[in-house]
Amino acid sequence: MSAPKTLYDKIWDAHVVSEDADGTCLLYIDRHLVHEVTSPQAFEGLRMTGRKVRAPEKTIAVPDHNVPTTLDREKGIENEESRIQVEALDKNARDFGINYYPVSDIRQGIVHIVGPEQGWTLPGMTVVCGDSHTATHGAFGALAHGIGTSEVEHVLATQTLIQKKSKNMKVEITGKLRPGVTAKDITLAVIGATGTAGGTGYVIEYCGEAIRDLSMEGRMTVCNMAIEGGARAGLIAPDETTFKYVMGRPHAPKGAQWEAALNWWKTLYTDEGAHFDKVVTLKGEEIEPVVTWGTSPEDVLPITATVPAPEDFTGGKVEAARRALDYMGLKPGQKLTDIAIDTVFIGSCTNGRIEDLRAAAAILKGKKIKDGMRAMVVPGSGLVRAQAEEEGIAQIFIDAGFEWRLAGCSMCLAMNPDQLGEYERCASTSNRNFEGRQGYKGRTHLVSPAMAAAAALTGHLTDVREMM
Amino acid sequence: MEKFTKVTGIAAPMPLVNIDTDMIIPKVFLKTIKRSGLGVNLFDEMRYDRQGNEIADFVLNKPQYRDAQILIAGDNFGCGSSREHAPWALADFGIKVIVSTSFADIFFNNSFKNGMLPIVLPQEQVDLLMKDAEKGANARMTVDLEAQEITTSDGTVIGFEVDSFKKHCLLNGLDDIGLTLEKAAAIDSFEAVAAQARPWV
Repeated sequence: MSAPKTLYDKIWDAHVVSEDADGTCLLYIDRHLVHEVTSPQAFEGLRMTGRKVRAPEKTIAVPDHNVPTTLDREKGIENEESRIQVEALDKNARDFGINYYPVSDIRQGIVHIVGPEQGWTLPGMTVVCGDSHTATHGAFGALAHGIGTSEVEHVLATQTLIQKKSKNMKVEITGKLRPGVTAKDITLAVIGATGTAGGTGYVIEYCGEAIRDLSMEGRMTVCNMAIEGGARAGLIAPDETTFKYVMGRPHAPKGAQWEAALNWWKTLYTDEGAHFDKVVTLKGEEIEPVVTWGTSPEDVLPITATVPAPEDFTGGKVEAARRALDYMGLKPGQKLTDIAIDTVFIGSCTNGRIEDLRAAAAILKGKKIKDGMRAMVVPGSGLVRAQAEEEGIAQIFIDAGFEWRLAGCSMCLAMNPDQLGEYERCASTSNRNFEGRQGYKGRTHLVSPAMAAAAALTGHLTDVREMM
Repeated sequence: MEKFTKVTGIAAPMPLVNIDTDMIIPKVFLKTIKRSGLGVNLFDEMRYDRQGNEIADFVLNKPQYRDAQILIAGDNFGCGSSREHAPWALADFGIKVIVSTSFADIFFNNSFKNGMLPIVLPQEQVDLLMKDAEKGANARMTVDLEAQEITTSDGTVIGFEVDSFKKHCLLNGLDDIGLTLEKAAAIDSFEAVAAQARPWV
């Protein structure tokens, strides 16, 4: 009998094209997702060398980073550079014959929401994209990670990547989550425990009862932020929840192929006794709703806590914390729930799916946001938006005082006009609280959709459990 | 790609931990469809004020570090977004080597593709190089890829590890895609086998 394997080992082994003596492998890529920001130089490279896209049928493009999310976007993109980038993607998709969802298509949205929604992402696949949040697709038990533009060109030309295998890390969340605690709190709590470099060199497999209990949307939220913990990828073994989500999607297998696929997918789990190089265990019951206070996703605390002091840290983190407090305009000892918020952003590839909108709407129903609050919801795709409208969720947001936008990356990285002004402070369901991420001198507190909704109502960071 | 063999140049100290790719090149500069010309906006929000004036105490604005070719950086350099604009901007500025205790995975890979050498060393050795870099323009270090050695301004020699394949590509300025396309037959046969085993893909 062969040695027990992890889920990562199994997917890796199924995709090795060749291996050199030093362990450098050529890994086959099943799905290549492409967006407008990190791909133009790659297509230019193909043109300059006269190379073709090897597998256009396995390549999927959608503009998301630059697109306006305002309701009048059919008028076109005002910013010239953004417009040129989206036009370049239009042209490249056409010239190279790859699958494409243009801005005008209702299926357009954030690439990491569109892929799973359309059934492009399937268990056991290798999935890459020129975007670090490709980790999202790991929720399906697919080995998925971000790549740079040179590698985008490499995959376009060869449908492979030159890779060395990462180490295996297990992150187990035992038990049940308490009310008010969500997938976002799990993934932030893990980063808080391991640090933003804690996963460097590893592929994480998330497991345990609290992970099993999550919907596919929740699992995508967890895996999405594996990259924020430094990991190359995050994985969750596929199960009935996964199969149910995938079945019937436009690009999912059908009929006899579905049965064949299902047979293989059911073998995609970590064998008893397989070796992990690192193991982290958190108790689901002990995870609280969390927020970030600083400018790194590892700056995480339960909402009940107070702002830390630089002296609470060691090494290089002392200076980083001092800088973060200064940037964030916070003082040690301040209660997190006393931090006033002027902006709320609900959306992104982390929390822009239907379940996220439902969670926020449940808190907002029948209520109004605080006077002067700027609040926006940006659904992750046109289809999420349509579903939310059908379910009456859109109206709850509108009645509460939120702007109801069209799909895109929006204020998660603020490449389009959706930005924070200087010193504005946002409760955001996105994934990065870096300096300037949501706008020059803008201040970001990462939270779950329910916590973002609660902050929109009160005007300050709020423990959502008090509203339940 | 340009060959990388040996660099002798000024090392600039950036002890801050978790320097992310949004700091290295803010998103407003990602709207380009070219690879070149990003050096002037390297570390833009740390380097310039809103009027575009240089912030005097930012390390790369100091006279002694303006021509730095080596960065000695804090832990977890290059974390965050996958944007290759980060190494493009560093390379365009003239940086050829970055030393840290750890790098984010995607940034690390992206650097090699652009003829830059990221070097991982233990904390004590990074501390030693940081001290050396603080000497300013007299801190001329030599990084020899063939020998896998860094020589500090006072002659201390520190060895480093580098992946053998990546070293080979850097030393010879090799294009990955060209190398992989030589294995087209292996890709063809993998696809043929995979089409049988997993026809739904």
